[in-house]
Amino acid sequence: MRLTIDHRTRYQFSEPQARVVQLLRMTPLDFGGQTVIDWRIDVDCDARLREGRDGYGNITTMLYIDGPVNAVSIMVRGDVLTDDLGGRVKGTLEPLPPLFFMRSTPLTEASVAISDLVPPTPTGLDQAMALNLAVKAAVSVEPGRTPKTRTAAEVLAEGQGSVRDCTHVLLAAARSAGYPARLVSGHCLDGPNARSHKSAHCWAELFIAGEGWIAFDPSTGRLPGDTYVRVAVGLDAGDSTPLSGTRRGGGIEELDVEVRIAMSQSQE
Amino acid sequence: MGRPFDEIRGFSEGAGARPEFAALGQWLDETPAAELQRRQEAAEATFRQLGITFAVYGDEAAAERIIPFDIVPRIFTASEWSSLSAGLVQRVEAINAFLTDIYGPRKILADGIIPEDLILRNPQFRPEIVGSRPPHDVWSHICGIDLVRTGPDDFWVLEDNARTPSGVSYMLENREAMIRLCPELFQMYQVEPVDSYTDLLHETMQSVAPRGCGSDPVCVILTPGHYNSAYYEHSFLADTIGIELVEAADLEVDDDKVWMRTITGRVQVHVIYRRIDDDFLDPLIFRPDSLLGVPGLISAYRAGNVTIVNAPGTGIADDKAVYSYMPEIVRYYSGGDPLLPNVETYRCREPEMLSYVLDNLEKLVVKLVDGSGGYGMLVGPMASKTQIEDFRAALKAEPHRYIAQPTLALSTVPTLTEKGIAPRHVDFRPFVLSQPGRVKIVPGGLTRVALKEGSLVVNSSQGGGTKDSFILANNGGRS
Amino acid sequence: MLSRTASCLYWLGRYVERAEFTARLVEATLRLDALSTRPAGDAAWLSAMKVLDADIAFAATGQALTPRNVTRFLTVSVGHPGSVLFCLNAARDNAKAVRTALSREAWSAINRAWLLFHGKTSPGDTEQVLNLVAQAEAETRGFEGAIGRMLRNPSSRFIRLGAAIERADNTARLLDVKYHILLPEGEAVGGAVDRDQWTTILQTVSAVNAYRWLYREGLKPWLVTELLILRRELPRSLAACGEEVVQHLAGIGKETGNQGEADRLARDRHAEFGSARIEQIIATGLHEYLEDYLEANAALDAAIARQFRFY
Repeated sequence: MRLTIDHRTRYQFSEPQARVVQLLRMTPLDFGGQTVIDWRIDVDCDARLREGRDGYGNITTMLYIDGPVNAVSIMVRGDVLTDDLGGRVKGTLEPLPPLFFMRSTPLTEASVAISDLVPPTPTGLDQAMALNLAVKAAVSVEPGRTPKTRTAAEVLAEGQGSVRDCTHVLLAAARSAGYPARLVSGHCLDGPNARSHKSAHCWAELFIAGEGWIAFDPSTGRLPGDTYVRVAVGLDAGDSTPLSGTRRGGGIEELDVEVRIAMSQSQE
Repeated sequence: MGRPFDEIRGFSEGAGARPEFAALGQWLDETPAAELQRRQEAAEATFRQLGITFAVYGDEAAAERIIPFDIVPRIFTASEWSSLSAGLVQRVEAINAFLTDIYGPRKILADGIIPEDLILRNPQFRPEIVGSRPPHDVWSHICGIDLVRTGPDDFWVLEDNARTPSGVSYMLENREAMIRLCPELFQMYQVEPVDSYTDLLHETMQSVAPRGCGSDPVCVILTPGHYNSAYYEHSFLADTIGIELVEAADLEVDDDKVWMRTITGRVQVHVIYRRIDDDFLDPLIFRPDSLLGVPGLISAYRAGNVTIVNAPGTGIADDKAVYSYMPEIVRYYSGGDPLLPNVETYRCREPEMLSYVLDNLEKLVVKLVDGSGGYGMLVGPMASKTQIEDFRAALKAEPHRYIAQPTLALSTVPTLTEKGIAPRHVDFRPFVLSQPGRVKIVPGGLTRVALKEGSLVVNSSQGGGTKDSFILANNGGRS
Repeated sequence: MLSRTASCLYWLGRYVERAEFTARLVEATLRLDALSTRPAGDAAWLSAMKVLDADIAFAATGQALTPRNVTRFLTVSVGHPGSVLFCLNAARDNAKAVRTALSREAWSAINRAWLLFHGKTSPGDTEQVLNLVAQAEAETRGFEGAIGRMLRNPSSRFIRLGAAIERADNTARLLDVKYHILLPEGEAVGGAVDRDQWTTILQTVSAVNAYRWLYREGLKPWLVTELLILRRELPRSLAACGEEVVQHLAGIGKETGNQGEADRLARDRHAEFGSARIEQIIATGLHEYLEDYLEANAALDAAIARQFRFY
């Protein structure tokens, strides 16, 4: 499938900013299930862009903008060819061994209730798939961005949350069951956020002995296939966040995000 | 525990000084205590005037105190020093090789020398740094190795400080005070000078500058600011070297390069000796909630445009749980036996060791894996029943957070007390500098002394003081 | 030089100068009131506080206007951002932040001055106050001396620049308030009380001897005014401060190779003193003249902050 992504972020500041520095993790890499055909990042003001890698192997782009600046628009556009590998993640760059992803983070600390989501079946792909469905059943997903930061335990207790919240619950449960697990940020043609255009998507990858890294989307209960574009990984949404930034100049900022993902017209 | 070893007088009570320190023994016997007291007070008055103060956490009233200074020096002979320094060089070389490996190919894990999860799941192992290499492969440019002694030839490494060890300004200021107040000692003994430390530090910073920044790289010291307990040291070092002392707000990153803001515009910075923790280096990477730090610094670092001294991520090398594997680490990278032994360490994360520790709490020293400054520490033989029971409960709840060590009979050095000269326990922190391909040590270090009678805790936050440490150019007397 | 360092040095200079000026004003007022055979009373204390812009803040404390209360307020009050203690705290904070740019001698002087006031809640009786204030003045003079002995580099220039801007501000305020408020109604100009008060002004700017040297006649208000505004021989006169500001800015510019808005403003202001006559200033209104001056001085301060990127 050929997917076209158009991801626009607009910051507006109540006061002119002297400097804005942004860290973007918005560029996908090729792997077994996807080939990036074209990808570009454009900014609507004078800026210096520098590409690099972080410790997880994600592509990072630093954005340096001189002030005075009242608003910044970042436009990320590109085309990706995808294949359905039934969730299997092959051919990725892996600077860190699976064991590393057993670390929990403050957002993904397991509670008793979270550990109880793990089905009492033998470890392996079937158990992981059942766990994915258990999380889907336990957390009802609302489209859009997370209004406030909650821990996985809080999310499960409330029984509802964003795609991100739901993924955190799966990460916490998977690690408590002994699966190395990580968060993937990216895009999905037919995920819960696809129609609102207000936010991108994220899901989880679990390492299963004998199988390798397998992707699970607890917001849909599926194993991601060719409607997904994989962009960045991390221990939780914090260290794989698409965009983080700082600015100097006071005042408040207003953020507006628009994400459109479509099947390309020139379908081969 | 038998009688502890006294570094000047040896093991036997009432005996005179060891032959090489006879002159010092005589000086101690002949100089009236009141005169020593006067000199000590003069030194402390100078320190107060210079503002050599430190802050004690949780002690608002005494926000600024000076660390007590003891006028009686501690002395190492030339041969003691040369065997110590060989051990220090070997250890620090191993620490740097370990860091290069652990953030790169991780051979030591593949070879099964250290358990994988001890590193990979350790918060001090920083994923943000994985895959980066500091310029010239030097990670821990400035290491402070804490040593204790139990006999004439028995030195032990108590702790490695591979992040931002402090205390070197005391080594330098104590020496200045001693030269001014006790010049006769320098007539008696030929003491190796320590004042070249700041030149060596500058040389070290320049030697690790990124390639291609010319022959005169711009070096700065990055301080959290003048409310930090070690601020005096930061300003002292910058002042003596003649480089800028910057705060995070003075730096900005643009185009993956680091700049400092000056009255005439911005100037590119090549080497940053940072005296702030990893967590506060770059809010985009480490602590998004932190207003401190320099946004983009880690990107500039990963792009190879700036050297950070010590490199981010070095905390994994001085983690107390990793410490217990240091003999294996030294052996693995140096190919030889460690010249400086570790203190025997029980890892409470291992069930057998935990049960031994729980059975012997009253004999052991128990430490938090990630504690420092003498906080979160139990000294069994000195502890009350309640303290021991509190620790027992804590150990059972979170064993992986603790290690335990036997209580050592730390050596003593004669010290001026209210009741005249009396032995007090000491430790020693030499400062080891790593440049590309070579390790250098200034002959000296920081001697910390537990001023309370019988106390084994030398930390300044727990009532410790400091002494000058003489390294002799020969094995005693002035030739 | 780091912009932050320049800013700290500049404010160090300002705060030390402000501490010294406040100390001197307290001393002079004490002499005028408590030690004089003709106590000057509340008016003297009220006018001292007006000079320091502290009258409203003092009233807000609800304390009675007694010499002891005012003295305590102006010297050791922790809450009042103009007390000697507060200024020395701020000066030491700035000094600590730029330790590397100061000589040890300069730092020690600041630290000693600070230790005099640190933790004090009451300055004591009149004699103790005079003693304390005299010590503070000695330490700040020691600081000025130490700065004078520092290399003539931008570090010492920024401190002296801050001190000169602050000094000009203080002199102008002193003159403005005293000239208009001090003389109680019904007292003859040139009478005994009047003379005491002009002497107080001269004491505050340590110009009693300078006046005698330069004028060799009895105290004349217009001569005191001329001395404090136009005579370059007096270091605290507006003209001398203006000249100093020009010099320090030029010195910094020579080192950095840059000049800017602050240089131009300072030079323009300085040029105006060249042709000014005291008769003319008094004829067109001393109060208006001094108000304009204070405004221009604040504009110069802001231009300095912009030119050297203090923020």
